[in-house]
Amino acid sequence: MPVVQDLIDQDQGLFGDAILTTRVDDVVNWGRKYSLWPMPYGTACCAIEFMGAVSAAFDISRFGAEVVRFSPRQSDLLLVMGTINYKQAPVLKKIYEQMCEPKWVIAVGACASSGGFYDNYNVIQGIDEVIPVNIYVPGCPPRPEQILDAVVKLQKSLSPKTEALSGE
Amino acid sequence: MSDVKRHFDEFHPGLIKELRAVAMGEALVISPGDLRLVALALKKDLGFDMLIDIAAVDFKGKAEPRFEVDYFFYNLARKTRVHIKVPVASSDKPEVDSITDLYPAANWAEREIWDMMGIIVNGHPNLRRILMWTGFEGHPLRKDYPINKRQPIPVLDVNLIPERGKHS
Repeated sequence: MPVVQDLIDQDQGLFGDAILTTRVDDVVNWGRKYSLWPMPYGTACCAIEFMGAVSAAFDISRFGAEVVRFSPRQSDLLLVMGTINYKQAPVLKKIYEQMCEPKWVIAVGACASSGGFYDNYNVIQGIDEVIPVNIYVPGCPPRPEQILDAVVKLQKSLSPKTEALSGE
Repeated sequence: MSDVKRHFDEFHPGLIKELRAVAMGEALVISPGDLRLVALALKKDLGFDMLIDIAAVDFKGKAEPRFEVDYFFYNLARKTRVHIKVPVASSDKPEVDSITDLYPAANWAEREIWDMMGIIVNGHPNLRRILMWTGFEGHPLRKDYPINKRQPIPVLDVNLIPERGKHS
């Protein structure tokens, strides 16, 4: 390694722009940023908005998060879209636990963020009672643009020079 | 409805306590002990071959007796409906008889009125909670269930991933 550094120091022209120095974390995060694989956990109307966000009109692939997987083991971004009730909360937790690190969670819509208007005996008041959440999206349901905005915000938090907003 | 009333007046005099006007037509009020006899007559003699739904009402502080169970039957051939009201005698230990052996559709509906309202259904083959989880305390649709009461989030008691080679 010192040999390489010496070469760079001696003669910039030898390698030119072909080499840049950085941290491994930054490179890895830069790679992750545009290849988030979302897993939709849709229980209500917010999931319909996600279908809009994925489809041609809004096209989430423009932001590099279009490889939707329906297995938690193949995805690193959990999108919780809809009302989560007490009976379903342990299932959601199990699915989150099955995802490999690193993993991120977006709570899409009022119900996933806060319980929405279901302030009653059977709906948990926000999924952060069960699993950690990185980004909250308001709206009932949110517009597809808001879901895209949440993805972009998450990507920004993964940028080099920024501490990763890991769920743990 | 008048045909049904006439049939009961002729063959089972005194069974129908009252013909009460309700929002959609009229309802026959009977006593809880006569429920199975009425259901059998509706099914065998009057051709009401379909049970639409069972509902329970809590009139706490507004009427006596406190609980009432409503049965909705349908005659597929003649396209007529009948609405049976059963005021439940005891407020402390509300009980009705099961009609699951006559109308299999009553199975889950009776479990629901047990789960939500705490009406004991005598003779039911499998009187367990149907909507709330095992370990839930109380009956949430009763008027005296505290509106702000929240119970602990349940833990998953099933293994989502079956062992290799085993099918449940």
